[in-house]
Amino acid sequence: MVNRMKKIKVIIIRTAGTNCDYELKSAFELCDAVVDKVHINELISSKNKILSYDILAIPGGFSYGDDIASGKILSNEIKYKLGDNIKNFALLGKPIIGICNGFQVLIKMGLLPKPETFEQNSTLYYNDSNKFECRWVHLKTQKINGRSLCLWTNKLPDIITLPVAHGEGKFIADKKILDEIEKNNQVVFRYCDKDGKCTVYPQDPNGSLNAIAGICNKKGNVFGLMPHPERYIYALQHPSRESFNGVYGWGKQIFQNAIDYLR
Amino acid sequence: MKATAIEILSLNDKELVELSKKNILSLSLVEMKEIQKYFRSIKRNPTDVELETIAQTWSEHCKHKTLTGNIEYIEEKNGKKRTIKYKNLLKETIFNATVNLDKKWCISVFKDNAGVIDFDKKNGVAFKVETHNHPSALEPYGGAATGIGGVIRDILGVGLGAKPLANTDVFCFGLPDTKSSEVPQGMHHPKRIAKGVVSGVRDYGNRMGIPTVNGGVFFDKGYMANPLVYCGTMGIIPKNKCNKEVKPGDLVLVVGGKTGRDGIHGATFSSIELDKESDVSAVQIGNPIVEKKVLDTMLKARDLNLYRAVTDCGAGGLSSAVGELGEKTGVVVELEKVPLKYNGLSPWEIWISEAQERMVFAVPPKNKNKILNIFKKENVEATFIGKFTNNGKLLLKYGREVVADIKMSFLHDGVPKPTRKAVWKEQITKEQAPLKVSSKVLQNDINKVLSDINVCSRDWIIRQYDHEVQGQTVIKPLQGSSIENCGPQDAAVIWPYTVVKGTKKGIVLSNGLNPEYGKIDTYKMTASAIEEAMRNAVCVGADPEKISLLDNFCWGNPNKPEILGSLVRASQAAYDLSLGYGVPFISGKDSLYNEYTINGKTYSIPPAFLVSAMSVIEDVNKTITMDLKTAGNFIYVIGVTKNELGASIYSKVKNFKNGLVPDLDVNVSKKIMKAIFSAIGEGIVESCHDCSEGGLITSISEMAFSGDKGVYIDADYIKTDEEMTIAEILFSESNSRFVVEVLPENAEKFEKLFKGIVVSKIGEVSKDKFLKIESKKSKVFIKENIKSLQKAWQKTFKW
Repeated sequence: MVNRMKKIKVIIIRTAGTNCDYELKSAFELCDAVVDKVHINELISSKNKILSYDILAIPGGFSYGDDIASGKILSNEIKYKLGDNIKNFALLGKPIIGICNGFQVLIKMGLLPKPETFEQNSTLYYNDSNKFECRWVHLKTQKINGRSLCLWTNKLPDIITLPVAHGEGKFIADKKILDEIEKNNQVVFRYCDKDGKCTVYPQDPNGSLNAIAGICNKKGNVFGLMPHPERYIYALQHPSRESFNGVYGWGKQIFQNAIDYLR
Repeated sequence: MKATAIEILSLNDKELVELSKKNILSLSLVEMKEIQKYFRSIKRNPTDVELETIAQTWSEHCKHKTLTGNIEYIEEKNGKKRTIKYKNLLKETIFNATVNLDKKWCISVFKDNAGVIDFDKKNGVAFKVETHNHPSALEPYGGAATGIGGVIRDILGVGLGAKPLANTDVFCFGLPDTKSSEVPQGMHHPKRIAKGVVSGVRDYGNRMGIPTVNGGVFFDKGYMANPLVYCGTMGIIPKNKCNKEVKPGDLVLVVGGKTGRDGIHGATFSSIELDKESDVSAVQIGNPIVEKKVLDTMLKARDLNLYRAVTDCGAGGLSSAVGELGEKTGVVVELEKVPLKYNGLSPWEIWISEAQERMVFAVPPKNKNKILNIFKKENVEATFIGKFTNNGKLLLKYGREVVADIKMSFLHDGVPKPTRKAVWKEQITKEQAPLKVSSKVLQNDINKVLSDINVCSRDWIIRQYDHEVQGQTVIKPLQGSSIENCGPQDAAVIWPYTVVKGTKKGIVLSNGLNPEYGKIDTYKMTASAIEEAMRNAVCVGADPEKISLLDNFCWGNPNKPEILGSLVRASQAAYDLSLGYGVPFISGKDSLYNEYTINGKTYSIPPAFLVSAMSVIEDVNKTITMDLKTAGNFIYVIGVTKNELGASIYSKVKNFKNGLVPDLDVNVSKKIMKAIFSAIGEGIVESCHDCSEGGLITSISEMAFSGDKGVYIDADYIKTDEEMTIAEILFSESNSRFVVEVLPENAEKFEKLFKGIVVSKIGEVSKDKFLKIESKKSKVFIKENIKSLQKAWQKTFKW
């Protein structure tokens, strides 16, 4: 797809209340990408700028203070002020990732679970505990014949650990949509206990339907998740410093997968 | 809107006092007379703007009149009286120690909004801890939120601005199970205050994207009407951005929030006692996203060298921010240009409002458009409101009208220095009657101590704070062997890899506080707090000779000689220990008048001296945590256990009154901490935890359940300096003690490092999941499941 020698270009969209842009940039840079953090105002003033990038990422934080509902204002801004550019980016098969607040943005503009219709039909609601939850969780990667449908989650072990930090992370959709997501294997991560069994609070930090922690579109290029892979790119960041090769954390592999996919 | 002249020239003493009270100026008669004298000399009455400006600038909150004033201190010890006269307590104690130590790695101390020390060749780290007590008493959520918002702005306003990397918070609350009928009229219930404060810090800190990584909570009925809310922020700053200068001709730029009527009289109101009439409108209203936008944009302007100075609008609002920047030059401000939230503010209200999220910059005229453009691009309010001059005057205009015209020298140096009296009389304490208890009772007591409100888990608070945002928290507030197990970590470590590419260095943050000891002696309380903060830092691998400290005094009314005496004692301890350890204080803060009056009776808080410690460590890979790692490893106790159970957790649980408060020998303490530092540096320490509230057995239990490992302890090997019962040994809170886990093959090397220090191997990590304690001498054997210990520790604080 992209010339092997050419550097992969990543755009991180930021705005008032974006927080996790520094560490997200570091994560992509660790995988040898070139990263620009671009303010939404700048994107609105030059709408086609977005198309010059290979990967699009929306980081965590509290965009516009999460006023109205988490991610809602930024999602409207992207959806209605960037025209079809974001939808086209997704339909071209280019990798998109939304983490935490970024996932909330993707869901609320309807780029997930179905970018083709681009309408919101699921949501991320207040945690069952009714409070903000910052803790590490186990995640089970959904695979078919040993492979993940999502391009971001290849080469991961069956269970990985990542930190979560959110107040509104409970995934909700009506039965029809939920069945469709399940049937298409669009669920990427589920909260679980250390043996991969389904579980209860606090291992499941928010009470999501079907313990859903992250989903992708049918094509597997658009990925949204509540946990923070960018906070576990080095072993040092893990509570007991577990790693996959002595130095890195499993979060790094998620970003590496998108880069490798384009090469 | 116009300024009004206020009649002062003709007033008598009584009328001056009434004027101060009526307008919440919080000025004393002596101060009012000084103001009268100044205006008599210029033959006119002050305007309301001028009078308010002087009151804000001279407030206890801004000027620290007590700690920098004259004090005559008389102490009575061993029947002998001794008098010491201080001309400036702060300068002669804490600051003096810093000057004497003259550490090369201190970049900026006691002169800016925060203390700054070396991080590496190119960068420094800044640290500041503030209090926001009075506002949090009246409006817990807003008070605490603006407390954290304010200290973050201190970091943005140090030098030319630092990037915040971490927050800390320490609270003192009344007892959560207080009966409603016992809550004083007009005050909130302690539990409501606690919940509000935690939510306030959570919502502001989380939205700012700054991890809250370290803290503490102390419950005591003495804080029912006057909760203490300490908020701290640490940030990183390029070394060439650590100084500010203002040149005549530079423009005054106000950036961020608009100005409203919130927080009027914040500075002066926090310098008096609270009562049921205290006005909630003195509390500011926060909006973290506005502050986040300021942070995002101002660092860009900083890196483009677009301004020469910056400071935050805190207490006193524009009056103190602009006043400080223009102190040496003079300034003219056009108040009608200040952007307002709504119309109708008088000039004096605009000038002293403590509306939040505002920063003031000194901008060279040539950068005018460039800097505006940076803010405009991200929808940040930025307005030029005046100009720095060279006439040494504060000149304020509103439209064509001059509303204030006073000399900077009078404003900043005119405050008269009163002399206050301080007394202290030694309290004689003695050991408690020997504490003899059976194995069964002892086992029960361990559980009780672990679930004590001042020992138990704070996870209900910690997990509501995003303590991992920015991805740099490599040692977290709760640590454990797996996601399921965790215990209280001594200190947090930040590895700033996203800002300083390729760095291996880290920043350790910890704190020490124990007001319980201060009820007996504030000298010992302060000494213990300093050592506790240092012990906590050393536990993860900090060098005890490279720690820098922040002081934070929260006291009652210093006009009462006994209260001021206990404050002098604390300052003396801070001085002695700072010199003794060779570690400087780099910044600090005091909050006085923490009192409340009900039916004519005044209640003062138990004095609280918070020590916050920061240290830069060379290699984050070498840091260690407190959870036990591997079965078969040896357990050592470093330091001597003494019969010191005065004001201990155990004394509360068993309800005995006597007992000695822990003492401290700096030389022994220093040696021990140095040895631990070398051992961790050699890589031969698997885990390390200090002993504080709840004593040795509490530390060992916490290490066991957080590591999900059992442990066997032979208590007869624990070294004491006199004959002590097993309960006394396990629950004594003596200072200078650590519990350390070492691999058997490293034991010899480890013991060698501790030559000349009391060190004893007391047991080992076991394969089963039990805490087992045996003393053949006392015929005691305890076996307790570590899971149930963890439950005991976790059950109390679940709201």
